Amino acid sequence: MATTSRSTSSHRGHTVTASGVEVVQHRNVPAAVLTYVGVVLICLWGLLPFYWMIVTSFRDVGFTFDTTPWPTHVTLENYTTAFSTDRGNHFGRALLNSVFIGAVTTVVGLVVGVFTAYALARLEFRGKFYVLGLILGASMFPGVALVTPLFQLFTNIGWINTYQALIIPNISFILPLTVYTLTAFFTEMPWELEESARMDGCTPGQAFVKVILPLAAPGIFTTAILAFTAAWNEFLLASQLGGDKVQPVTVAIASFAGAQPHQEPYTAVMAAGTIVTVPLIIMVLVFQRRIVSGLTAGGVKS
Amino acid sequence: MFGKPGTSFATRKISFTLALAATGVLALGACGGGGDSGGSADAAKGGNTTGPITYVQGKDNSGIVQPAIDKWNAAHPDQKVTLKEQTDQADQQHDDLVQNFQAKNADYDVVSVDNIWTSEFAAKGWLQPLTGDYSLDTSTLLPATVTAETYNKTLYAAPTTSDGGLLYYRKDLVPTPPKTWDEMMSMCSIAKQNGIDCYAGQYAQYEGLTVNVAEAINTFGGSILSEDGKTATLDTPEAKAGLDALVKGFQDGDIPKQATTYQEEQGRQSFEDGKLLFLRNWPYVYSLAKTDGSSTVKETFGVAPLPGATDGKTGASSLGGHAAGISVYSDHKKTAFEFIKFLQSEEIQKDWLTKGSAAPVIASLYDDPTLVQQFPYLPELKTSIENAVPRPVTPFYPAVTKAIQDNAFSALSGSKSTDAALSDMQKSVQNAISGGQ
Amino acid sequence: MSTTSGVATGEFAQGKPPLDPGKRKSLHDGSGRKAAVLIAPTIVLLAIVILYPVISAVSQSFTKDAGLDPATGMFVQGGFAGVTNYKLWLLQDCGSGAFSCPPGTLGSQFWTATGVTFLFTVVAVSLETLLGFTFALVMHRKFKGRAILRASVLVPWAIPTAVTAKLWYFIFAYDGIANKILGTEILWTGDGWPPKAAIIIADTWKTAPFMALLILAGLQVIDESVYEAAKMDGATAWQRFKHITLPLVRPALMVAVLFRTLDTLRMYDLPKILTGGAGDTSTLSMLVVDQVRTGFNAASALSTLTFLIVFAVAFIFIKFLGANVTEQRAPKTKKAA
Repeated sequence: MATTSRSTSSHRGHTVTASGVEVVQHRNVPAAVLTYVGVVLICLWGLLPFYWMIVTSFRDVGFTFDTTPWPTHVTLENYTTAFSTDRGNHFGRALLNSVFIGAVTTVVGLVVGVFTAYALARLEFRGKFYVLGLILGASMFPGVALVTPLFQLFTNIGWINTYQALIIPNISFILPLTVYTLTAFFTEMPWELEESARMDGCTPGQAFVKVILPLAAPGIFTTAILAFTAAWNEFLLASQLGGDKVQPVTVAIASFAGAQPHQEPYTAVMAAGTIVTVPLIIMVLVFQRRIVSGLTAGGVKS
Repeated sequence: MFGKPGTSFATRKISFTLALAATGVLALGACGGGGDSGGSADAAKGGNTTGPITYVQGKDNSGIVQPAIDKWNAAHPDQKVTLKEQTDQADQQHDDLVQNFQAKNADYDVVSVDNIWTSEFAAKGWLQPLTGDYSLDTSTLLPATVTAETYNKTLYAAPTTSDGGLLYYRKDLVPTPPKTWDEMMSMCSIAKQNGIDCYAGQYAQYEGLTVNVAEAINTFGGSILSEDGKTATLDTPEAKAGLDALVKGFQDGDIPKQATTYQEEQGRQSFEDGKLLFLRNWPYVYSLAKTDGSSTVKETFGVAPLPGATDGKTGASSLGGHAAGISVYSDHKKTAFEFIKFLQSEEIQKDWLTKGSAAPVIASLYDDPTLVQQFPYLPELKTSIENAVPRPVTPFYPAVTKAIQDNAFSALSGSKSTDAALSDMQKSVQNAISGGQ
Repeated sequence: MSTTSGVATGEFAQGKPPLDPGKRKSLHDGSGRKAAVLIAPTIVLLAIVILYPVISAVSQSFTKDAGLDPATGMFVQGGFAGVTNYKLWLLQDCGSGAFSCPPGTLGSQFWTATGVTFLFTVVAVSLETLLGFTFALVMHRKFKGRAILRASVLVPWAIPTAVTAKLWYFIFAYDGIANKILGTEILWTGDGWPPKAAIIIADTWKTAPFMALLILAGLQVIDESVYEAAKMDGATAWQRFKHITLPLVRPALMVAVLFRTLDTLRMYDLPKILTGGAGDTSTLSMLVVDQVRTGFNAASALSTLTFLIVFAVAFIFIKFLGANVTEQRAPKTKKAA
């Protein structure tokens, strides 16, 4: 089908009701069964190891290596250990740090990425491919080799143990993916809509924001989740460039120690892992509406 | 067809872009700054004054360091010490120290170094030699702990904690612990009768493997490096006897095959589950095996020094432990020096033992009857540390341990013969200590 | 915020005449300036964090690592190395000719590490793509409880890698739950194939959701009316998948595969924690870290080589697999052929 035939009315008319699922649900019972079998398998795939993590996180540290598949020797102690500040851990503060670092990284990264992706997808200019190559090139250098030069650079400008020392590298790490994803989505957009908006008197910027961005919402929210997760997961640089004040959760978890040297605090780490995973799941559940309904919800014509 | 038009043109362009991006980077490369890798010229430049300092160490897992610092601070209000804790992972502690030394960070005044890092940091010119104004009385310390901190005949750090390997055994099955390796292996029939595995240490491919292999080689009279640290000495019959003992253990099933995946914790788990007759591990297992809810051997295990090669000679444990070194970039070295002496004082050493089960470096504490009552393994641990041998004291330790681990792991998992593994180990250790030159 | 600045830059760029008088006046001049303004922040950020370290690595790779002065026992600066550091890796030349690095030296492991890194990448990314696509197709359907499905698919992706690695290390212990459930006695972190399988399983588990999310987003921008039209024309489900879904989702899919490939080629945490390199599972990045601890200059050469290897893969990807995001698609034909 021609992109030109994508019109406002066709969007409104079909997205709500029409989908491949209709076939499954009404005409083809085995396919519906297959879908649910698939759903169950996928849920098991994602949740079984997570389940094991939760079971371990509720287990008494003296029974760390118990392999009973259901909770035994249940205790909340691991969670209190994770949050306890007796031994100089500040897991709660680290959680806030991670949220802050992740949020700033995502917002700044997306704004910067949207600009660049817009230019790459929409504007004709010489050197476009050089720019794309350069941006991709940033995803080619082994991250482990960035630590030493960045440490030296940030020491020289007094950035060690500051938020920007963690946020700016994080933004750079997510930018290649952000730009590529967004460019791919923008390129697929029906730009005729933007043009018609401009004929209605919108500036190019307004047309972009009011017409194209809503259409690209699934891509943008997906990118946001990927970006946030990447920042949330970053460990290597944070462990060296950060410090007590700006420490994110990943580093805080690595600082967990057993009560004895050589003792591995598995149960506390699993408790911390569970705590860290939950906010992301909530975020996904909140955003998932936007991801799902991005196409229609934005309102193509405003 | 879908998606095909325009592809070749576009891709050619972007490919060219990538190529150009790369060459651009290469061309610019020549302008980059140089690294900071060594040089001792600017070491020890003054700074022999008092003032506030920072003490850097890995995670204080048993909560004993801050109280010690509080004690110091109460007595020295003008020379306050601040604790900076690193993560709980040794590799990261090492890298963090390296980064800060390279950046000549004056805030890292006193650093806690694992004894395998001391010579590297010393040879890089980052640690203040403990000579002259900074000379330290080491007469009360366990000699092995001092050797481990001595590089090039100079002491570079003050031992603060020690550690040695112990043999955990099931006294319900083996009333008298074995004195020699052969005796222990002959007792493996008891394990078989009881349907359990016989012996395990730490044989996964990580630092613990170097500890265990060095122990075996040293126990059988061999060594890894010559005394001056300039020659690899793994081509001797003694070294072969040591590695062979472990390899044979695996071949005969006396050491279970899964021990090639064991770090400290997996062996402890197996022992506590009652699945292991003998276990080589650190003192920390003692209290956990007594208290862990899942431990089935609470009342039925004992500790002994590691078995030797021949009767009358105990095994040569590898030496664990940390030391406190003074950064050459510190502005308050005098305070730093006083502080490391304070960490070594009997008062603190005793505190750290009673509150955090840290093995002290002062020999006499091991004979203190009240302490022995609290920590019944102290006499065995003393024997272990008295016979302990530091892991190779060389500035090239990271490469040396890698050479040992890789080749020993091949031998233990059966993919290489002892002879081939030792000959490769000899060559690669020699290559490592020649600095790759 | 993005609204105002987008408008402002747009008007700014359009309102000004081209500065360069030699430039041909065309439509492209205006958008070139606009593009420069829009792209500049990205380039600046990448220059600070990536370009500077890359340049410094390349320049340091031509210096010898500090060596020990036998007289003092102290390290001294290495001096100009030429291509010695590169010969160490490419030729496994530890000083006395090609392949002179004995087993157990880092130099002897370059090609093994390259091989195993590629093995992980090919197998893991293939599995992730298959699983991710399947997940996305199921997630795209409408049924009750879809939110739960989406959340559970994303769980593995949400757990930090360091924790994931510990979790799988725990699961894959000899006395761990994996062997218990399977009734096996596999040494998952020992020698041979199991450690490789363990790493691939853990990596696939962790990152299939990444693929699923990106592909799902690609599916969602497909206009439903395309399917409607195809259905009316009598296309089967398979034909619709092959001729509508696959081509239209391709840009998103290619981006996902490309980035997963680049990431897997640089994998570090997972194998480091899971196996520590046992059974020849040292990846290129692990080798870099080990070498940084031994000598920074040779490590710089290794980083540069890794960069070039990843670069070559990206090049092949874009040239032969068409992972080109800016490629404007020709108007889509309506019918499934």
